[in-house]
Amino acid sequence: MTDTATVASRPMHSTGAARRAGARRRIGFSWLVPALYILFLMVPIYWLLNMSFKTTNEILGTFSLWPNEFTFANYHKIVTDPVWYNGYLNSIAYATLNTILSVSVALPAAYAFSRYRFLGDKHLFFWLLTNRMAPPAIFALPFFQLYSSVGLFDTHIAVALAHCLFNIPLAVWILEGFMSGVPKEIDETAYIDGYSFRRFFFKIFIPLIAGGIGVAAFFCFMFSWVELLLAKTLTSVAARPIASVMTRTISISGYELGVLAAAGALTIVPGAIVIYFVRNYIAKGFALGRV
Amino acid sequence: MTLDKTVNNRAWFMVLPVLVLVAFNAVIPLMTVVNYSVQESFAGNVFFFEGSKWFEQVLHSERFHAALLRQLAFTATILAIEIPLGVGIALTMPRKGPWVSVCLVLMALPLLIPWNVVGAIWNIFALPSFGLLGRAINGLGISYNFTRDAGDAWFTLVLMDVWHWTSLVVLLAYAGLMAIPNAYYQAAKIDGASRWAVFRYIQLPKMRRVLTIAVLLRLMDSFMIYTEPFVLTGGGPGNSTTLLSIDLVKIALGQFDLGPAAAMSLIYFLMVLAMSWVFYTVMTREEART
Repeated sequence: MTDTATVASRPMHSTGAARRAGARRRIGFSWLVPALYILFLMVPIYWLLNMSFKTTNEILGTFSLWPNEFTFANYHKIVTDPVWYNGYLNSIAYATLNTILSVSVALPAAYAFSRYRFLGDKHLFFWLLTNRMAPPAIFALPFFQLYSSVGLFDTHIAVALAHCLFNIPLAVWILEGFMSGVPKEIDETAYIDGYSFRRFFFKIFIPLIAGGIGVAAFFCFMFSWVELLLAKTLTSVAARPIASVMTRTISISGYELGVLAAAGALTIVPGAIVIYFVRNYIAKGFALGRV
Repeated sequence: MTLDKTVNNRAWFMVLPVLVLVAFNAVIPLMTVVNYSVQESFAGNVFFFEGSKWFEQVLHSERFHAALLRQLAFTATILAIEIPLGVGIALTMPRKGPWVSVCLVLMALPLLIPWNVVGAIWNIFALPSFGLLGRAINGLGISYNFTRDAGDAWFTLVLMDVWHWTSLVVLLAYAGLMAIPNAYYQAAKIDGASRWAVFRYIQLPKMRRVLTIAVLLRLMDSFMIYTEPFVLTGGGPGNSTTLLSIDLVKIALGQFDLGPAAAMSLIYFLMVLAMSWVFYTVMTREEART
């Protein structure tokens, strides 16, 4: 039962049985709304899973709500074909690299923004944020030329660096929020106790904002994982992300739908795992309004 | 940002790594775009200065106006659906107990699916031939084919975006609701406030800040949307779902018209920048107040 429902179930004028019954019905109803919403979210995912266990012939030939000839062939193809599984490894590689890079450079910057006032700090903060808002489509072509000219084209580093464009501002923003929540007296006490800045930062401060680092890392990984336009533009064969392997499959081999569905289903897995681990922090990260 | 901060210009050193990385990714490409936007290119390597020609061309182009109009219509539609729906769902979500985690994890799931996979999921879900949605709607006797009919394509696109992003609004609104102390509700109970009054005078004002963020985030992100509609409809049928980003990539990478594409990029970027400024001002003002 929710608090709001409790409030609603105690009208002031009367506590008559009819009203209470009405309130009880409302509680039943309010339980239905999230349930229906989750159902709406799950149906397309169910359809994807359903297709991933069918043969391509069955998908194109018959229409059924569940697989008649249940097969793991599509998944088998993905885990045995290097083009497919390398796609996954590439995506995980650059997303992880980007997360580490973004969070580690964002930590000192966020500390500076939360603790100090310096020349141009507000303008700098706004400028950083505008990069979170810049449509990647604008940068696709210049990025291709830039990374080609410095010889990084088709490497994991290129994608990881390119995703810094929107992930560093995000990480700075989230971490600044968490750091501002830590009282300044803690810094001052540590200095009085004779801690050097470095020792204070790593021994005391970082453990205090561990939750914030978790939230920042989650969002960096998430946005790097789901982005396709830049990742596709900056890679050809060696570092091709899974998302790009999928679009290639559509265009080259016509409709290999079963494999495509299996690949899609597998891209949901890392996200689901990450969400499960940070579920308690998500609401908090959002509560700070830093996304 | 709190007010009691020490003035220390050496803090610049702490910001330096961020500055270098972001500048490499933002300033160099942006200057490349500026460079292209004022030049005419021949065979990709001979350039002539053209001044503001491309800007005038883009600003007067019907194609740009149409794409911008479609973009505004799309953004307005999804905001009108996602914000009230998200708030409604957040209000009815459980506050404690094991179901909270279940709801949060399941609702956050669409947010972590790669954007092209979102497009692909909706493609196979909505196809009239073997998609569940396509079959179901046609089974009801309504003719539906999003690859042929512009209206159906729009319906599918909006439904996909609602599916993909409403959860973000739900999570934000939910976080805002969770921050309301129980004492407020008890006070409302003592006053005998109606359900509507509780929402109007307690929950809505307390959610204001997160809702501002939700609206502005959805506004920005829907303005940047590219991958999902590209995979779902490819901008078609015809040009009916060609939003700004799709049009831009078509011109820049498809036709390789660098000048007009660059000019369009800059106009597009300036619009987003203006919106970001509003976003930032509103947000910092809200923060200063609380």
